[in-house]
Amino acid sequence: MLHDGPTPQNQPADTGRLSRRRLLRIGAVGAAVSVAAAALAACGESQVVTVEKVVTQTVVKEVPVQKIVPQTVVKEIPVERVVEKVVTVEKLMAPGQQTVTVYSGRSESLVAPVLAQFGEISGVDVRIKYAGTPALAATLLEEGANSPADLFYAQDPGGLGAVEPLFAPLPQDILERSPAWGRHADGLWTGVTGRARTVVYNNRKFTEADLPDDMFGFHDPAWKGRIGWAPTNGSFQAMVTGMRAVWGEDRTAEWLEGIKANEPIEFPKNTPQVAAAAAGEIDVGFVNHYYLHRFMSEQGESFNARNYHLRGGGPGALIMVSGAGVLASAANPEPAQALIRFLLSDVGQSYFVSNTFEYPMAPGVKTHPGVTPLDNIKRPDIAPSQLTDLKGTQALLRQLEVLP
Amino acid sequence: MASVPAVERLPGSFATRRSPPMGLTLLALAVTALLLLPVIYLGIRSFDAGTETWQLLARPRIAAVIGRSLLLVVSVTVVAIALAVPIAWLLTRTDLPGRRVWTVVMVLPLVVPSFVYALVAGTALGPRGLLQKALEALFGVTELPSIYGFPGALLALALLTYPYVLLPTTAAFRRLDPALEEVSRCLGRGPLRTFATVTLPALRPAIAAGALLAALYTLSDFGAVSLLRYETFTAAIFVQYQSAFDRAAAAALSLVLVVAAIAIVALEARSRGRSRYHPLGPGTTREYRPTPLRRWRWPALAGMGLVAFATTVGPGAVLLYWLVRGLAAGEELLELVQPLVNSVSLSALAAAMLVVVAIPLGVLLVRCPSRIAALLERVAYVGFALPGITVAIAFIFFGINVARPIYQTLVLLLAAYVVLFLPTTLGAARAGLLQVHPRTEEAARTLGKSPRQVLWRVTIPAVRGSLAAGAAMAFLLVMKELPAALLLGPIGFRTLATVTWAAADEAFFAQAASSSLLLIVVAALPIAFILVRRGPTGILRASG
Repeated sequence: MLHDGPTPQNQPADTGRLSRRRLLRIGAVGAAVSVAAAALAACGESQVVTVEKVVTQTVVKEVPVQKIVPQTVVKEIPVERVVEKVVTVEKLMAPGQQTVTVYSGRSESLVAPVLAQFGEISGVDVRIKYAGTPALAATLLEEGANSPADLFYAQDPGGLGAVEPLFAPLPQDILERSPAWGRHADGLWTGVTGRARTVVYNNRKFTEADLPDDMFGFHDPAWKGRIGWAPTNGSFQAMVTGMRAVWGEDRTAEWLEGIKANEPIEFPKNTPQVAAAAAGEIDVGFVNHYYLHRFMSEQGESFNARNYHLRGGGPGALIMVSGAGVLASAANPEPAQALIRFLLSDVGQSYFVSNTFEYPMAPGVKTHPGVTPLDNIKRPDIAPSQLTDLKGTQALLRQLEVLP
Repeated sequence: MASVPAVERLPGSFATRRSPPMGLTLLALAVTALLLLPVIYLGIRSFDAGTETWQLLARPRIAAVIGRSLLLVVSVTVVAIALAVPIAWLLTRTDLPGRRVWTVVMVLPLVVPSFVYALVAGTALGPRGLLQKALEALFGVTELPSIYGFPGALLALALLTYPYVLLPTTAAFRRLDPALEEVSRCLGRGPLRTFATVTLPALRPAIAAGALLAALYTLSDFGAVSLLRYETFTAAIFVQYQSAFDRAAAAALSLVLVVAAIAIVALEARSRGRSRYHPLGPGTTREYRPTPLRRWRWPALAGMGLVAFATTVGPGAVLLYWLVRGLAAGEELLELVQPLVNSVSLSALAAAMLVVVAIPLGVLLVRCPSRIAALLERVAYVGFALPGITVAIAFIFFGINVARPIYQTLVLLLAAYVVLFLPTTLGAARAGLLQVHPRTEEAARTLGKSPRQVLWRVTIPAVRGSLAAGAAMAFLLVMKELPAALLLGPIGFRTLATVTWAAADEAFFAQAASSSLLLIVVAALPIAFILVRRGPTGILRASG
């Protein structure tokens, strides 16, 4: 069966939430208008002292209300996106007969709904083991050909690269859905979504104009003690690998030394850096772009951090992928491929765009309106094969005493 | 005289040395083999490590992180003892109001996952955290001193680990014959000197057993120290797994941890020495008359309240704030019924199994000193000191290669829990048995009971309190355990801990809050059942 349009489960929930938000918004605008009217009336005539008090109070209240209005427009656009949903799962399985076992290095909170949706549409019984990407990569390497897994869905290219020898090539139609920079050169794995390396900054202290053009700008002593980084994090190390590919070994070392001289604060991963930037504990941090949107969806526009994509571009604006591959030892390669096909379909890609704020891999799927379009990011031209020399990067980071 | 001072250093052995029965030896051998699996795996894996890995180990930075780890271990252990002993005294020897409730509340920190605690601590007490915001509104404080680094790590880990000391110490207090202290008082020693010279030494095996767990937990922790930015040796291991995908290097580094654990265990065994802790003469322990606190009850209550606030109430409030904020923003929560059922049944099963295994092994350690007992004692703590991921991957290695039928089933997961958590129940059983005179058992034998009947009718009832304490620890630890549940559990197996981690790791704060709040609340119920169901005063009571 082919489903056209959004699945019945999703649509009512979406519209319900949106309309509730819209109602709130109308209320807010209404309040703003009446407040403004009151202010005008008060200015026109001389009134009793008590009225003057009302004026000062209303002015104070007016400011945040006006700020909210233009921003809500941005949030409304995803409604169009919901309408655009088209299902392109061509091959459907006989229900109840096939299973697929997924090792997901991406969190249940991020991907469970879209994996469940595949199960509903295809009738395939989707069995999922969730854990960290590195832990699952180690598991797959220990299991070898005996692995019960059919498919490995990894958070980052490092995880995919670690188990590359265990993958079987993907069919051409799947590979064609993602750009050449977002998949393995021999088709062993494909990117499913993209994420940008970016600079998260505290937007109460700075505007983008205050921030340097490129990564070397953070060598300025003005940033001393105000930078956050996560040198043990896989994405950070992928960025350093990109730096080595673009800048060469010496210049990368120079950059690292310069940042080290500014006494950066070391974080274990991305999310606490974003939180620290918003709290003002750091001014800037080198992170992936989508965590900011996750924070803002729970804490709203008042979350005091924003992303800055380096206007000078370079390896600091690297785009990396999360991706998936089918294991050569898979007992169920066909449903596994069908699952990747679904993730790269317009429906699958739209799920990521609107729920995880990542970049779509497939052509023709629009980026989330709140996220800087890929075309506006001066990303370095780096093939995934250039990002595999993790050992070299770690040797460099150790040599510079950045890693333990 | 009802009984003679128990802590008397006697040379030679009064203990009934006899060769252990065959069944006990076989069980000990089997468990020892299981406990050694991770070490064997680490040996095999580190064999693949190249020279660069060994060079990696020889760097000054590694020496520095080992030093930092040891500093943290020693400090946390000292603070944990300093917190636990007074609390145990208040709970067992005084008329502190609400002792039954406090008994449960004070051990709950064991169920709080360290990454959740560190996340909450950072949010609440960070330089620009919730406390600072409150102080800014009131007094205009714009920035608090940083909690990150050593102070934060010490605070968090001490508060999360003091219950390891509290549980066995409370059990020991209850088992201790008040006559001992009364004799000391009669002989003219003041209450404080009596406590220091009579009570404390008598409690030493229990305190040491708990302190050992606190120390080794600190050694293995990664969740709290990473978020609170104190770089320890475990961080060096995690870098190998997380970003280098280098299992050989991780294994080589983990072997260092094994050595450190064995050294710490040996240190504890040495401190225990050959002292004996059971009454020498016949006689029954009678009920202790609680010390009236009078006006000291208020400071005592305030102190308990402060600890409860810092460990569970405060974090609970922050979690509740996240939950409400997220729900207001339209966050959707995960389905939690299945994880809840899984968590509770898995933890109950694991705790019961750990107690069943610990009883015979405890008897072996205390009553039949032998070579196998000595070996078991050395290796029992190794799994507890290793990061969970290392043990989990070792079980993947053996599961996939030699135990395929039980791979990714609860059987293998429970076997891993024996390796990870046996010290909780074994340590408790041993501390309990040390306070039971072997002659009590011998008397039962001479009265015609079979060894099995003696075990059931005399020994186990005598150490019931200790076993309950051990079971509580095991239950809470399994409840929050993460890497083994994720990697070794059946496919699709979700627990409250795994759901919490999945959410917190991707900054789904409302989801993480809902599952961790449920984790804390649900943990309290079985703990209340284990620890306080036996009457208003008789909690943990198991006098011989």
